[in-house]
Amino acid sequence: MTSTAGLHFKTYCMLLIMIVFAPLGNVMLGKGMKNIGAAATWAPSELPHVASRVFMSGYIWLGVASLLTFFVAYMLILSWADFSYVQPASSVALLVVALLGYFYLGERISRLHWAGIVVICLGVFVVGNTPPRTTEVH
Amino acid sequence: MREALLLFLVVVSGTGGEICVTRAMKHVGEVKDFRPLAVVRVILRAMKLPWMWIGISMMALAFFSLLAVLSIENVSFVVPVTALNYAAGALGGKLFLGERVTPRRWAGVLIVCIGVTLVWLGKR
Repeated sequence: MTSTAGLHFKTYCMLLIMIVFAPLGNVMLGKGMKNIGAAATWAPSELPHVASRVFMSGYIWLGVASLLTFFVAYMLILSWADFSYVQPASSVALLVVALLGYFYLGERISRLHWAGIVVICLGVFVVGNTPPRTTEVH
Repeated sequence: MREALLLFLVVVSGTGGEICVTRAMKHVGEVKDFRPLAVVRVILRAMKLPWMWIGISMMALAFFSLLAVLSIENVSFVVPVTALNYAAGALGGKLFLGERVTPRRWAGVLIVCIGVTLVWLGKR
């Protein structure tokens, strides 16, 4: 698949996997860490205890599995597409995270906060329509 | 203050790690065969490169910082703020990978930064 259409098709497939699994992973990690408790009290002597609770948490493992899926797609896409293209394009995930946080985790999000998220997505949209590769193939 | 430091680590170490991984994957070459065995072979080949390991170490540091900050703050705050990766990414892509960053892309990065500022201000 060296044609432009082929390059775009496999790029979009990988981006879709990234957009689904990265937010899912982050939300699972958030839920797991909220169950474990605030890091504000993490004295060095307490770290092994906290670490054991982190590694015993099912949500953390689900989050890690989701992020690993994301990471494999990410590694594959980075073998042909520019880093500064892939990273912005995958950021639709930010909006997905906010929606999951709001609806699934019940997080309170102020109007200014929502505005900020929308502005971030707008910035990403401006960045989005650039060609996947600007450097020469060796 | 503590969350600001952790978020800084998430952004800088995470982006640095991604840049190293990109370097390694560009060295491996474009992936054209998506059969599972071929994908595993690509991953194993990437694992032999030092850039891959430097990248993974930095991403691990970013990951544990993310876990720590997620125990203090909401996901809907933390993840949008990590969008600062785009600023760090454009800068890093240009400086370390020789990628061409267009004015349009810089404008997008600027808008992302404004958005992150709003999210930060709207936190409480």
